[in-house]
Amino acid sequence: MEKIQVKNLVKIFGDNPKRGLKLLKKGYTKDEILAETGLTVGVNNVSFDINANEIFVIMGLSGSGKSTLLRCLNRLIEPTSGEVMLGDSNITSLDKKELRDVRKHKFGMVFQNFALFPQRTILENTEFGLEVHDDITEENRKEKSLDALEKVGLKGWEDKYPDELSGGMQQRVGLARALAVDPDILLMDEPFSALDPLIKREMQDQLLDLYEELNKTIVFITHDLDEALKLGDRIAIMKDGEVVQVGTAEEILTDAKNDYVREFVQNVNRSQILTAEDIMIKPEELLYENDGIKTAKYKMKRNGLSSMFAVKGKRKYRGIIRLENLIDSKKDIKDLIENTKTAKPDETLDELFKDMADLDVPLPVVDKDNNLLGIIVKGTVLSNLAGEDD
Amino acid sequence: MELPIGESVESFIQFLLSNFEPIFDGIANILGGFMEGTGDFLLMIPPLFFIILLSVIAWFLANKKVALFTVISLFLIFGMGLWQSFVKTFVLVIVATLISLIIGIPIGVLISKRKRLDRIATPILDFMQTMPPFVYLIPAVMFFGIGDVPGVISTVVFSMPPAIRLTKLGLKQVPEELEEVGDSFGLTPFQMLYKIKLPLALPSIMAGINQTIMMSLSMVVVASMIGTKGLGSDVLNGIQRNDIGIGFEAGLSVVILAIILDRITSSLGTITQRKKA
Repeated sequence: MEKIQVKNLVKIFGDNPKRGLKLLKKGYTKDEILAETGLTVGVNNVSFDINANEIFVIMGLSGSGKSTLLRCLNRLIEPTSGEVMLGDSNITSLDKKELRDVRKHKFGMVFQNFALFPQRTILENTEFGLEVHDDITEENRKEKSLDALEKVGLKGWEDKYPDELSGGMQQRVGLARALAVDPDILLMDEPFSALDPLIKREMQDQLLDLYEELNKTIVFITHDLDEALKLGDRIAIMKDGEVVQVGTAEEILTDAKNDYVREFVQNVNRSQILTAEDIMIKPEELLYENDGIKTAKYKMKRNGLSSMFAVKGKRKYRGIIRLENLIDSKKDIKDLIENTKTAKPDETLDELFKDMADLDVPLPVVDKDNNLLGIIVKGTVLSNLAGEDD
Repeated sequence: MELPIGESVESFIQFLLSNFEPIFDGIANILGGFMEGTGDFLLMIPPLFFIILLSVIAWFLANKKVALFTVISLFLIFGMGLWQSFVKTFVLVIVATLISLIIGIPIGVLISKRKRLDRIATPILDFMQTMPPFVYLIPAVMFFGIGDVPGVISTVVFSMPPAIRLTKLGLKQVPEELEEVGDSFGLTPFQMLYKIKLPLALPSIMAGINQTIMMSLSMVVVASMIGTKGLGSDVLNGIQRNDIGIGFEAGLSVVILAIILDRITSSLGTITQRKKA
């Protein structure tokens, strides 16, 4: 699959956009151009890459130009200048017919208010995109559409009409309609913004499942930072038509490039975003299974600890050993190991709270092969929640 | 001093007449022949059969009540001895409506897309609708003589505006997001029209068709003044002979025809919205 490259993209709305373009090059701001010429700068000199097979989220408040930017990708809105490259082909220089072909086969679009056709059944709505593909038989079309409907969990609803479905289900139809043409790229324009929070979360999870299974690039627009952080492999934050920062959720949260992003991030519930992996630390020292009692005592004393984790071999997790058990023991160290709760690296802070609450020792983080990756100490959890960096 | 507006219109009409007469004659011949043929054919059908046929259509397109009304009221017309006039008027209205739609709907499509054309068309449509219908009769006679053909032509001029306007309105009301759907899936402008815009504009277009029929019905009576046959000429007879009886009977028949056509076409608009009951 091809990656998308956006290079110096500008969109100016109004009668003589070239004039605005000149002013923009001279360094005028969006507001100054509006005051001077009455032109609105929708997208202001934006460049970024979207990797193949990633979920790329464009986030911003209303009026930030995010929907305009999305529509420039498939030229529903014609960019004023700049380029959009899809692999080696330059989308911005295609003629009308070539553009239609690209739209037919490469892009699938999902809309904020579902945009279903009220007079068509669910199946007919889903078939819509395929109806203009010349190389497909009627049965094939139906088969693909039913397949898409099944993927989004709407099997059995084919003969209903859109107004008989709830909002969440209608948007599933919108998604199925886009999936039916099997595009490489899904453009999603605030698809879940019109849904209530519970349904929204459900849809997000379903989208992530589909993403795992389908091998597509998804460009996702939202004004909701939580949604962006949950879905995005990478996130672009937009303000006044400019992209102010591009990065992973982690980078956005911990390394805000300016005040605007920082202010945004401040309101995020960090406990839902940060995972065990993000906050774990390296244990100062470990006990090995074949250490003797004396060695163990010595290691604890040296580090001022009352308990330590034991591993087998290099870092296979075994359990915890407490100082009080060591003191009068004559036993082998292996027999003193106690089992404790462990955490998986992708568990969020939210989920960790329960385990942490009644634990008087740190929480070990182990991967699925039982390797000890790190430990979580209560103090780190709290400081991370408070939003301090390091 | 008088402004010579009337004179210039007259000389313009004269110019058309002297230069394009063969064309007008051709139209008159074709249209006249077609209408006479259709009228004769429908009159050949036994009235009973015709009545049943019409009410079956009413049943399918509207409902049982309309079908029942159609049967009873058509027998009433037959009973009043106005069957021949009724069929003539029926043909006239149908032909005039069809011509109006064939010309009007494409114009509506065109001006819904182009703002400049729309700006030109709007005052013309206003003019066509508010000009007293009698005025159309004069040039119609000059171009096509007297009889059914000038009647149809002036009816078309008078009844076309609602078809144009409501087609335009319906197309303009198609939500922008749905047009975006079409664009995003790579539809050609023509596919956009017949796959998205026309189906969504259909209720409005059907209302336009309904209005066109109603306007042509009112016009065919006026057209009797230039020798157009049918129920209108019966009304005119009533006026000229001061015979309230025949005037009322013919008038009533026009009303009946109007009701039947209105009920059938207006229910058509709701049927097309959704196929299921």
